[in-house]
Amino acid sequence: MRHRTYFDVEGSDRSALGEQVGRQRARVLARLRDVRRVVAVVSGKGGVGKSYVTAAIARALVRRGAATAVVDADLQSPTVARLLGAGGPLRVVDDAVLPALGVDGVAVVSTDLLLDDGQPLAWRSKAGETHVWRGAAEAGVLREFLGDVAWGLLAVLLVDMPPDAGRLADLGTLVNDKLFAIAVTIPSDESARSVQRALSAARDAGVTILGVIENMSGYACARCDAIGPLFAGDAGAHLAALFDVPLLARVPFVPPGASAPTLPEGLLDAVCLTHNVRNVSL
Amino acid sequence: MKFLCIDCDAQMTFEERQQPGDGTFTASFTCPRCGRRVAMLANPMETQLVSTLGVEIGGRTLDEQPLEFTRTAVAGRDDAFAEVASRTPNAARPAWSRDAEDRLARVPGFVRGMVKKIYSDYARERAIAEITPDVMDRARTELGLEGM
Repeated sequence: MRHRTYFDVEGSDRSALGEQVGRQRARVLARLRDVRRVVAVVSGKGGVGKSYVTAAIARALVRRGAATAVVDADLQSPTVARLLGAGGPLRVVDDAVLPALGVDGVAVVSTDLLLDDGQPLAWRSKAGETHVWRGAAEAGVLREFLGDVAWGLLAVLLVDMPPDAGRLADLGTLVNDKLFAIAVTIPSDESARSVQRALSAARDAGVTILGVIENMSGYACARCDAIGPLFAGDAGAHLAALFDVPLLARVPFVPPGASAPTLPEGLLDAVCLTHNVRNVSL
Repeated sequence: MKFLCIDCDAQMTFEERQQPGDGTFTASFTCPRCGRRVAMLANPMETQLVSTLGVEIGGRTLDEQPLEFTRTAVAGRDDAFAEVASRTPNAARPAWSRDAEDRLARVPGFVRGMVKKIYSDYARERAIAEITPDVMDRARTELGLEGM
């Protein structure tokens, strides 16, 4: 006996799970209505200084007058809120959560503001089989960070992405054509291989790649400010050529006491789509 | 998701859902023709999987609260959120009885503010002047808040 299918039965679906998911996405788009661009900072690997670069770009943009905020999508290893000097508690007003404010007035939301110091991201559920639902749960947290926070009018919303490349596709689904990406690498060939995967994922997801930043590109001497070698390799230029995008900056590693490097105007222009800006110290 | 009474070839109507607090979920349905009732029983993993999507079987009974999933799902610290006074005028805010406040105090701090707002909205929409444990019980039943 063949039973009627979902589509054969004409009555309404009271649960309407698809519509509920659609409303979630609409909520994100409505919240980001006044955000001109969402720029994902990706790396494909940890340890390249992606969060440091994200914080530096955010501060630089705010200092030159471009309203900028940061979403920390690295839910498992959140660092950018601390780098920006932001703290909790997060204030809840009616239908939205207000972001925390860091140095220079950069707004930020991060799981770092929610978790006890030193504790990993953990879930209240005792349901078990966490591997089945953890990915969806993390996507849910990211969705709410985008859709339930009062971001207001922004020139740029930077998203500090986790090392794994897959989360970018989730972000693209939520944000649509407002999404752009910047890749951060260090000079080594090993980094180039991982970042290439992240850039390929961005390209496959239809995300416009603004360019590549090579971080720890040499070592700034604390005594004379000369830039010496640090890592072998030329990953930044290699990746830029491979994906036909600009190498936006080479940022040296700066030890305490050395002069902070500046972010080039071209990088800030690329992120913010504006011109005539000055260099800004990191 | 639809439920079909095969004998009557009729779509069953949603009746109620229950979350008894042990991680499981129950949704009951009735056949409009023969009156037969069935219940869908989900184990904790299945319940969590649906909850993780931020959706509710049987449809949402409440407007989504800010960071609702995050606050109910993440094991965060008690002082992570601070509720700022609502823009609703004081006169419209329901009072809380001592017993209701004691009960609210047992809710984990991470989610307490959100739960308080849900009960307050429930009372305000029904012109209930004071929230008591009885009002909280009714809200839990009517709104499907058994998990809270």
